Amino acid sequence: MSQLLLDVNGLTMQFGGLKAVNNVSLYVKNRQIVSIIGPNGAGKTTVFNCLSGFYIPTAGSVMFKGNDIAGLKDFEISRQGLVRTFQHVRLFSNMTVIENMLVAQHRHLNTSLLSGLFKTPSYRRLEQEAMERAVYWLKEVDLLDSANRESGNLSYGQQRRLEIARCMVTQPELLMLDEPAAGLNPNETKELDELIIKLRDEHEISILLIEHDMGLVMGISDHIYVIAQGTPLADGNADEIKNNPDVIKAYLGES
Amino acid sequence: MGKLYNAIFSAGITFVLACLMIGVKLDTDGATLGVTGATPEQWAWIFGGIALVFFSQLFSDQIDAAFRKIPKPQVSHLIPVGDKMTQLKPWLMAGVFVCMVIWPFMVSRGSVDLATLALIYIMLGLGLNIVVGLAGLLDLGYVAFYAVGAYTYALLSQYFGLSFWVCLPISAGMAALFGFILGFPVLRLRGDYLAIVTLGFGEIIRILLNNWTAVTGGPNGISGIAKPTLFGMEFSRKSKEGSTLFHEFFGIDYSSSHKVIFLYLIAVVLVAFVIYVINRLMRMPIGRAWEALREDEIACRSLGLNRTAIKLSAFTIGASTAGFAGSFFAARQGFISPESFTFIESAIILAIVVLGGMGSQIGIILAAIIMTILPELAREFSEYRMLLFGLTMVLMMRWRPQGLVPMKRPVLELK
Repeated sequence: MSQLLLDVNGLTMQFGGLKAVNNVSLYVKNRQIVSIIGPNGAGKTTVFNCLSGFYIPTAGSVMFKGNDIAGLKDFEISRQGLVRTFQHVRLFSNMTVIENMLVAQHRHLNTSLLSGLFKTPSYRRLEQEAMERAVYWLKEVDLLDSANRESGNLSYGQQRRLEIARCMVTQPELLMLDEPAAGLNPNETKELDELIIKLRDEHEISILLIEHDMGLVMGISDHIYVIAQGTPLADGNADEIKNNPDVIKAYLGES
Repeated sequence: MGKLYNAIFSAGITFVLACLMIGVKLDTDGATLGVTGATPEQWAWIFGGIALVFFSQLFSDQIDAAFRKIPKPQVSHLIPVGDKMTQLKPWLMAGVFVCMVIWPFMVSRGSVDLATLALIYIMLGLGLNIVVGLAGLLDLGYVAFYAVGAYTYALLSQYFGLSFWVCLPISAGMAALFGFILGFPVLRLRGDYLAIVTLGFGEIIRILLNNWTAVTGGPNGISGIAKPTLFGMEFSRKSKEGSTLFHEFFGIDYSSSHKVIFLYLIAVVLVAFVIYVINRLMRMPIGRAWEALREDEIACRSLGLNRTAIKLSAFTIGASTAGFAGSFFAARQGFISPESFTFIESAIILAIVVLGGMGSQIGIILAAIIMTILPELAREFSEYRMLLFGLTMVLMMRWRPQGLVPMKRPVLELK
């Protein structure tokens, strides 16, 4: 039996009188690509914010690798191996690509101040390892040639890829991508498609995806959840979702 | 038309302000209070000023255009690039250091003393630069940590007779502790709110020192603070019991300038140490984390960076630098009182950081030197000191808002 990596039950997020997320449950197994889709404003990103600790959910449990992580601080959750990206690219745009990759490894590099001040061998070794990990992932997303460029000067597609690489270098087990294909051209979307599949198949991580590009979602998802107005509407594999009358109604409206 | 209206309005404001501040004067004559008007000469100046404001507002576009034509100083081509620089740098640093060490033996006592003061401000500027320039936390109460450092040494020396060299790290530690204690609750605040809280903290420390008379001596301060010694040798003319004197040990005549030069040299060493540490910090993960946090806090959180710990480290390290400077200040002055740690000090240190260019070490060193030496050179204008200070600020922000030497990040390159 493949173990549940993420097990969300009855997740509810209430802002005053507004239930942005209402009783959402979802499961992610190891090495799975799971997508959340739904019309704009359905509460998909709110779900992400709850899972990654940016919001503390009003109710419900979030089990990650068997531990309840609901209510943990954002940085504690990402240290457990659940890392996310954002709808808008959030790079440190004044820094070079390689520096972005090193900041992400801050936790692994967190040596004592003194060893850094005197450049002790152990400090150098850690830094060297961090560099190697950074280079490895830059190669994986095909950005090695731009390693010394300022990240703000990269093209949009490159910035998106760097964001994914920056997450991967923290060695997560579940990567949550919030609309990674937004603003990409068809070519770049195809590359992203391949990258996500590679992450699952070669690097054996799971991916939780919010996306509006149905071609991408239907093509790569192992399982799809549909949310409308904060409430779960349907779930199943691509074919089941495509033919579900409720889903069609939610997207196209009553006909 | 809008221009004319604006110019008349500005001139009117200048008129009101000038009349209130310069135009009339209150004189106490025994028990009565008399009002005297300004002399004709002063009126002439006032109206001259008003005319200046009027016309500068009226023709602000033309003036701006003229300002833009002034070439900005281009220093980048003076500095050799790339490999050459990395080769030259150690030599350059060594050269500067040697000059700094030799220089005091050739100039007057007064200049050495002034240079020591400048070095203290350099230390303070560099310390505040970590907090404001690198981590992006606006701290308006930085002088509090300076005061903590100074009082730590003064009190330890007075009550327990501890020497300067023992107290130096203790002072830095105490200041760091205060930074930590203050930082813990307030670092969840941002921007303006943080500025207000730190401003309050600065005042609290000063008022505490002022009123805790039993321990700190209150407004009378602490006097007779022991001077630093060189391996236990004192720099005074007559020895206290059992201590060796510097001039006796080396068999030279006593000169009061020995002490001044010695203090200067200590300051040089301390500044060199601070520069080294900060330079390393900027290239270490923690330095990068400060900058990353300044740029995008949310991204940092999602990558597992603990923002409270990172901000706290910036605050603490910045505070400890101030503590360093403070204990040296106490040792140099021999006398401290809460008067030395008013808000205006914080403002001056912040001005040094902003004028120098936030984050830029060279810029801050330059700005600190300028800010300490200019008031000395312009002693005749000492009445107008704050006015000149304000004017410099306005001109700088107009002409070079990014500071004297804008920050150049130490970029990490992949080979």
